[in-house]
Amino acid sequence: MANPSSIYDEMNSADGTVRSHYAGYKKWLAETPPERIAQKRAEADLVFHRVGITFAVYGEESGKERLIPFDIVPRIIPAQEWKQLAAGLRQRVKALNMFLNDVYHDQEIIKAGHVPAEQILSNSQYRPEMQGVDVPGGIYAHIAGVDVVRAGAGEFYVLEDNLRVPSGVSYMLEDRRMMMRLFPELFSRYRVAPVEHYPDMLLTNLRAVAPAGVIDPTVVVLTPGAYNSAYFEHAFLAQQMGVELVEGQDLFVRDEHLYMRTTQGPQRVDVIYRRIDDDFLDPLAFRPDSMLGVPGLLQVYRDGHVTLANAIGTGVADDKSIYPYVPDMIRFYLGEEPLLNNVPTFMCRKPDDLAYVLSHLDELVVKETHGAGGYGMLIGPRATKEEIERFRQLIIDTPDRYIAQPTLALSACPTFVDAGIAPRHIDLRPFVLSGKDINMVPGGLTRVALREGSLVVNSSQGGGTKDTWILEI
Amino acid sequence: MLSRTADHLYWMARYIERAENVARMLDVNYRMSMVPQAEGGIDAGWGATLSITGLEDAFRAKHSAATMESVLEFMVFDGTNPSSIMSCLRMARENAHAVRGTITSEMWETTNDTWLKMRDYPRWKLAGSEIGEFFEWVKFRSHLSRGVTLGTMLRDEAFHFIRLGTFLERADATARFIDVKYHMLVDGAAPPDTAADYYQWSALLRSVSAFEVYRKVYRDLITPVKVAELLILNDQMPRSLRTSMVEVFENLNALSNYRSSETERRAGELQASLKFGRIEDVFARGLHEYLTQFIVRVIDLGNRVSEDFLVPMSSS
Repeated sequence: MANPSSIYDEMNSADGTVRSHYAGYKKWLAETPPERIAQKRAEADLVFHRVGITFAVYGEESGKERLIPFDIVPRIIPAQEWKQLAAGLRQRVKALNMFLNDVYHDQEIIKAGHVPAEQILSNSQYRPEMQGVDVPGGIYAHIAGVDVVRAGAGEFYVLEDNLRVPSGVSYMLEDRRMMMRLFPELFSRYRVAPVEHYPDMLLTNLRAVAPAGVIDPTVVVLTPGAYNSAYFEHAFLAQQMGVELVEGQDLFVRDEHLYMRTTQGPQRVDVIYRRIDDDFLDPLAFRPDSMLGVPGLLQVYRDGHVTLANAIGTGVADDKSIYPYVPDMIRFYLGEEPLLNNVPTFMCRKPDDLAYVLSHLDELVVKETHGAGGYGMLIGPRATKEEIERFRQLIIDTPDRYIAQPTLALSACPTFVDAGIAPRHIDLRPFVLSGKDINMVPGGLTRVALREGSLVVNSSQGGGTKDTWILEI
Repeated sequence: MLSRTADHLYWMARYIERAENVARMLDVNYRMSMVPQAEGGIDAGWGATLSITGLEDAFRAKHSAATMESVLEFMVFDGTNPSSIMSCLRMARENAHAVRGTITSEMWETTNDTWLKMRDYPRWKLAGSEIGEFFEWVKFRSHLSRGVTLGTMLRDEAFHFIRLGTFLERADATARFIDVKYHMLVDGAAPPDTAADYYQWSALLRSVSAFEVYRKVYRDLITPVKVAELLILNDQMPRSLRTSMVEVFENLNALSNYRSSETERRAGELQASLKFGRIEDVFARGLHEYLTQFIVRVIDLGNRVSEDFLVPMSSS
């Protein structure tokens, strides 16, 4: 574990001087009376509560809603750094889409020997139903939420690709709205790249991947319903795009097409931005007990009469057991060297890696290959002996289910905590949209681990968020 | 608009209006209970309140006698009673929650806030003299909700479904209210033209916010026939059956779809009969019979609205 002094601090460099892109903010902070800051922080809490920007926490009293803590110190990224990061994200997402298209068609990457066949074909996220199905533009991951961290001396690493139903973009938008409301003066001092046009960009992107021949496509957002933890975001995005927010019960299949029930009768649906996992989309094809999906949807989709965003079966590309192969994908499909780093990864299914992992559990981060949300994970340097032994047994029992990575010294950003302002670890989730082109708004969602020393930024585990500023100059 | 969305909007509005009408009904009982009357009159009043809602059986299962305390507990706080104010405001909030993207943020915040305050309303306040304050509060929240609807909602389909729900519910509630209360008063305790009689009729009028209205419209003594006329046929009285049905008809017209013509015709027929009706004819036929028939027709309209617009039984 890196000692605290070697952690990259976003605001202050190692010699204690402020980094140039934070100089103006730090000065403003020093000049602003603490009472005003305290009052603004209270105002932010109040507004978030009243507007109901909350999320439900699984495992707690059902229906219970909590606020995601919002921190008023922005995470600032200079224009030049963002430019490099953005180029790396485009490259990566482009390759991942090509990989998915390949997996579900000719499987050249397997034939070329870059990824073992069983890694893909026996993966629980691989969907044989999608084999040979053409999707518009060959795009599978229309919305990707790539988790990026900064470590070491400040270089960026990709932690996860999140190609299924990544969430959090509504917090990115609400955090910006909140910052502009609380501190308008900061936005006249800094030229912060706008993010408010994300819903427009998303809608344009979704319309661009409508089935061939549809002139004026009808787009909907498909939600599991009001009790889903991310329901706020589903409703928010539908409202911002001006499209219907539908549940499975609102949709039905007739004559090989998909319709929604409206007060004026059935209406054709062409593009579904779905926020439901593959397993629940169609009870006839996947989990028969799913009440959330639409019977017959898969067939309509396979016939090319409706577009799903994201496509079915994208999980095979963001699975943690596939992650180590992404740099090779970039080289294979694009003939380019990867611009963003991958975290070195030990695959416990390989005997050599397994032996290494088992003898270094106290230094490594162990993750379940299908896990998400910060659940099912061991952070060696912070774990108790019992936790380490429990994981050792789990890994020995089912090595295929685990990977391990060195514990990264995530960068930290000054953050308001009970005792004042202190550095807390952060990550960044930019949202990359793929349709006719690859687009993203500058920035993303910055998550912050509010507990001292914690590396887990997930909102379900006590993480908060910050506004993310990409500077225009 | 999605049928399910319309369904949520319509029921959100109905539940808010229902909460208000329950409060008004309990309020009139409370007011009447302060007027001297024959033995048993007070408890008979509380019992009649239950008969309006058709919940006598559910009530008897929990309480032995209809007293002010037991009826208030049942009709205000009892979450297992679907018509209690608590249940109505919870259902209003749940329906609003499901369509918060369709309603304005002001509407959502109003409905959410009403529910949060109701959930935490101190029960001891209903035991004492502050009970009137509580009824005022429920009515006020309902006024606020309607005001926010009128003041912030686009005049689109969503708006018309909300208004349709409000006025169908009001037509139903006002008719039941007149039916039960009128007969209690006419057949009841106080001899005509006494002070007690006057106070009872004025309590009835006040509970539908019609006391001052009556004075303005009739400039006359309060007589049972005129009270009935005001609440049934008056075109200016905002809670009358006629006003409610005119609103139902107009909002239905605005929503008209490919299969709603019969529903529109029936609504039109009903509002025309109120427009051109005379109170003498209502009484000649029998008020109770007239109102019973009216309620049946309102229920039929509600069913037809669900069938035509809201949650279709088949997918075609």
